[in-house]
Amino acid sequence: MGLRIIKAGIADSIQDMGRYGYQQLGISPGGVMDRIAATIANTLVGNHLKEPVLEMHFPSATILFETSMMIALTGADFGAEINGKEVLINQPILVPALSELRFTKKKMGSKVYLSVEDGFETDKWLGSNSTSFQLHKGGIEGRYLVKNDVLYFKNKEDLEIDLLTHLPWRASMSEFYDNNRINFMPGVEYPLLEKISQNSMVTNDFKVSNQSNRMGYRLEGQALLLSIKKECLSSAVSFGTIQLLPNAQMIVLMADHQTTGGYPRIGQVATSSLPKLAQVSAGETIRFELITHEEAETLFIQQQQNLQQLQNACNFRLQEYFKNE
Amino acid sequence: MLQNTPYQIYAIGDQGITLDYGGEMNELLNKKIFQLYTLLKKWQPEAILDIIPAYHSISLIYDLIKVKKLAGTITAYQFLEMKLREIEAQLIGDITVLVNRTKEIPVCYDVSLAPDLDELAKMHQLSHEEIIEIHIQQTYRVYMIGFMPGFAYMGSVDDRIASPRKSNPRLQVPAGSVGIAGTQTGIYPFISPGGWQIIGQTPLVLFDANKENPTLLEPGDQVRFHKISLEEFHHLKNKMD
Repeated sequence: MGLRIIKAGIADSIQDMGRYGYQQLGISPGGVMDRIAATIANTLVGNHLKEPVLEMHFPSATILFETSMMIALTGADFGAEINGKEVLINQPILVPALSELRFTKKKMGSKVYLSVEDGFETDKWLGSNSTSFQLHKGGIEGRYLVKNDVLYFKNKEDLEIDLLTHLPWRASMSEFYDNNRINFMPGVEYPLLEKISQNSMVTNDFKVSNQSNRMGYRLEGQALLLSIKKECLSSAVSFGTIQLLPNAQMIVLMADHQTTGGYPRIGQVATSSLPKLAQVSAGETIRFELITHEEAETLFIQQQQNLQQLQNACNFRLQEYFKNE
Repeated sequence: MLQNTPYQIYAIGDQGITLDYGGEMNELLNKKIFQLYTLLKKWQPEAILDIIPAYHSISLIYDLIKVKKLAGTITAYQFLEMKLREIEAQLIGDITVLVNRTKEIPVCYDVSLAPDLDELAKMHQLSHEEIIEIHIQQTYRVYMIGFMPGFAYMGSVDDRIASPRKSNPRLQVPAGSVGIAGTQTGIYPFISPGGWQIIGQTPLVLFDANKENPTLLEPGDQVRFHKISLEEFHHLKNKMD
């Protein structure tokens, strides 16, 4: 009762909304990189929003559904095909038993999320199913998925799906990833940047380097200079903290960030922009845009309201659809 | 004493907030942080996801939607800033009442496990034995845990052996390595890249994910090192594995 990895992808893992409450022990919260895509994946199949999902990079795994299942794919578009037929992202899909899902081409974005109705049975550690690669805990044995791993479904019913079917509604995601603008707020050491560097930060594109991963995105571009050299004793950092490294380049801390750091914190990506940043691939560029703290709060609250509306609409559609079956 | 210490409150983006006394490594300030940590833990509503104490600062990571519900008409940040000021004002002057655990940590300073002992001896014009003596004389305070699971930042190292970080960090430092960086001393819980000067290794496991309390050390702990031979090191290490 589950799906089987018949060919491993480069970095596919089980993630949820993160492991909180343990950062004072140095344990990173981790969790999905793109929280909006993960939330919508769960929304489309009627799940609780904290249900663990499968996060995949390109090239992604090839997957065999050993039993039938309702699934959704969100985030990146990797040219998904089921049994050779193109399938769409952001739409619930009914998948018959013994179907094969593969990803053919990186078209847009860098992380695709797969959800299944009622979720996967995975390892929970300290309250979360997120995979901690450092501690080898959570998800599937705390590691990336390998060939022949089986992800068991919590849902044990036989769904009797004969035909591959897209349910006739979809979530519109374009508003979340419409451009390469990343909103940020000044960090506590931002005033220490030279004026000209403060200006460079918002007037130049910065390239996401290929030394970027789930821990952090290293950026390449105009060197940024501090007017005063400051050695900081370590203190807390978070998902989205922009630090200035000794080589005058920036790093944006991502989901698997260290809990504390000592490099100057020159900025912080607005939480509402993190999903967009998470979908940027190495080699692509971003442009920072300065916003106020109030604006950041408002944008995030609006985003959450939109997701809530989407969830209500999806639940209603799902109920209607299965009532009429 | 340290009542009415000035502090700064600033945001870590839209879902984090820090109260920071500023300055250097200072035991009294860190005790205030530890006391604040205790008070904040007691208060902690569901909306606060993490409370992270550091050397002279403490940070809250929060769920913006839930805090906003508590905040009403003001912003979530304004609400938490107010709350932090309120709780900070409750700190009592007398912190001698705080009881800390003392942990004994065996360390083998044999050169085979202490790749930087030679360099430090030259730097400070001391013998290996003198460096070891100075390192084990002190009782250290765990100021904070960070960088990686269970990595305890301890201080203060005697000025006679305080040493800058390596200019070329090592790509791999073995788990249990005891290092010095400035006046900080610490132990690497896992094999990792590292820039601290390595002067010994402990056979103890610093972080065990299978235990309910996974870290050997916690913020506020007192730590004493004692010297063991290479033979004892291997004996203890075998018992651990």
